[in-house]
Amino acid sequence: MIPDNLREYAVALAVDAFDGEAITGGKHEFGEWTLEVAPSKIVSVCGFLKYDQKFVRLSTVTAVDRYPAEPRFELVYHLYSIEGNQWLRLKCRTHATDPVIESVTSVWRSANWYEREVFDLFGIRFVNHPDLRRIMMPEGWEGYPLRKDYPVTGSRV
Amino acid sequence: MSGSAVPGQFMATLEETEAQSGPRRMVLNMGPQHPSTHGVLRLLIELDGEIITKCDPDIGYLHTGIEKEFEVKNYQQSVTLTDRVDYLAPLSNNLGYVLAVEKLLELEIPPQAQWMRVMLTELTRLNSHLVWLGTHALDIGAMSVFLYCFREREEILRIFEMFSGQRMMTSYFRIGGLALEPPRGWQQRVKKFIDVFPSRVDEYEELLTNNRIWIGRTRGVGLIPLEDMLDLGVTGPMLRAAGLKVDARKDRPYSSYDKFDFVVPTRTENDVYARYQVRIEEMRQSTRIIQQAMEGMPSGPWKAADQHVVLPDREKMKTQMEALIYHFKIVTEGFRVPAGEVYQVIESPRGELGYYVVSDGTARPLRVHMRTPSFGNLQAVPKMVAGVLIADVIASIGSMDFVLGDTDR
Repeated sequence: MIPDNLREYAVALAVDAFDGEAITGGKHEFGEWTLEVAPSKIVSVCGFLKYDQKFVRLSTVTAVDRYPAEPRFELVYHLYSIEGNQWLRLKCRTHATDPVIESVTSVWRSANWYEREVFDLFGIRFVNHPDLRRIMMPEGWEGYPLRKDYPVTGSRV
Repeated sequence: MSGSAVPGQFMATLEETEAQSGPRRMVLNMGPQHPSTHGVLRLLIELDGEIITKCDPDIGYLHTGIEKEFEVKNYQQSVTLTDRVDYLAPLSNNLGYVLAVEKLLELEIPPQAQWMRVMLTELTRLNSHLVWLGTHALDIGAMSVFLYCFREREEILRIFEMFSGQRMMTSYFRIGGLALEPPRGWQQRVKKFIDVFPSRVDEYEELLTNNRIWIGRTRGVGLIPLEDMLDLGVTGPMLRAAGLKVDARKDRPYSSYDKFDFVVPTRTENDVYARYQVRIEEMRQSTRIIQQAMEGMPSGPWKAADQHVVLPDREKMKTQMEALIYHFKIVTEGFRVPAGEVYQVIESPRGELGYYVVSDGTARPLRVHMRTPSFGNLQAVPKMVAGVLIADVIASIGSMDFVLGDTDR
């Protein structure tokens, strides 16, 4: 069942019809739709959105560190449908201890580098990713720079 | 090709490759300091004779942690960071960021500031395309084009300097409007440039468009199917050269772009030459936009009226106590932005530039993520160069027009 505030959004209704347990929340702010998706359903929902709802482009994958809130990490996906000229934001939450989520590279190949970047800077692991290694930081770097508990200044110990 | 003659890690890779696929294959390390990669990009290329069998781009050499830096600066201070992301299109990055924050603040921007922003971002597009054309032609061997392009680019940089006091890192767009009042006499300066620029584009075309060597090096080179480009995150002129009419300025107009009359050029050949044609036509269209912006420039204020966000005029600060207080508050603490998140997409010279700004209600952003066009475009390099001649790599990657600062952030 989807929350009442999403009932006027056709894409949300379609996703709900596809999988009744996929959507856990959402909102409409500044003219932008956000759907919160259950982390276990992310790949199937993305596949549905790409092939059925024509969101052919994955614009970006990123994360937000909500430390000290729990679940700590919020994964954010921005999708664009060229045909419908509309944007959609998907969100998933993961926990602080061993943050992990399934990779969407099987749906969009562009997720490859986007997810590598999130892995590199946030330390979130992507299951079934074909090439999960650091991309911005040097190999062997310790720590994940974009986490809130990573200092901005200071020398490496 | 004996591995023992040259010691080192790289040769070990070569030996491994030989062990795997026989002595014909070799690994070529291109970059990170290579003149044709325009920045520090390293390409690991596996060759079979002169044919590329595999390519693995290695990026991150210019990673400066700009996204982390946003979290410790207040909103207005961060404008200066956006210049340094894509140093060939600083004003496009300024624009994407300020539009995102203004959306969160629900600020109304006066028409003059909006039109000025359009005019200057289009000048930025010309600036960026000129650098691209000059260096791309230089890579392929047409040296003189570079000198012609930089002649016009110099004039654009002088116009930027006139407006902002800076040639490259302008930071001229601020949250709420512009940094400074437009300088006296800018119309004449821009008009002089715009009057002569179309004939200069003709000059570049005379040098290249029917040049047999240029055509030989670019026609049918750098092909990649449209479906692959969409799937790999490619945007901008690359897609338009494959016949897909996507342009954020038309699809989801921002900053009054809907009030301007221009055409989004497309080609269908999808090769390096088509990308060249698209960008040349974009330069002509940008000139049209600048012309319209200049002639129809609305009068009135050049910054928003919100005193909590926009710094007061100097004159008011000397006469009104309240203005002085607001000035002090904004400079020392910054301003609070209501909690929420926005994703603002604009059309940078390279493609889709997205700013994802998350606010938690304080004076500093919780998170700013930049979706940069170069990062997405570069991901298509392995697909694009697989199976082609090594000599075409330079032309192919040149046609993508990436900036490594934009890729690595």
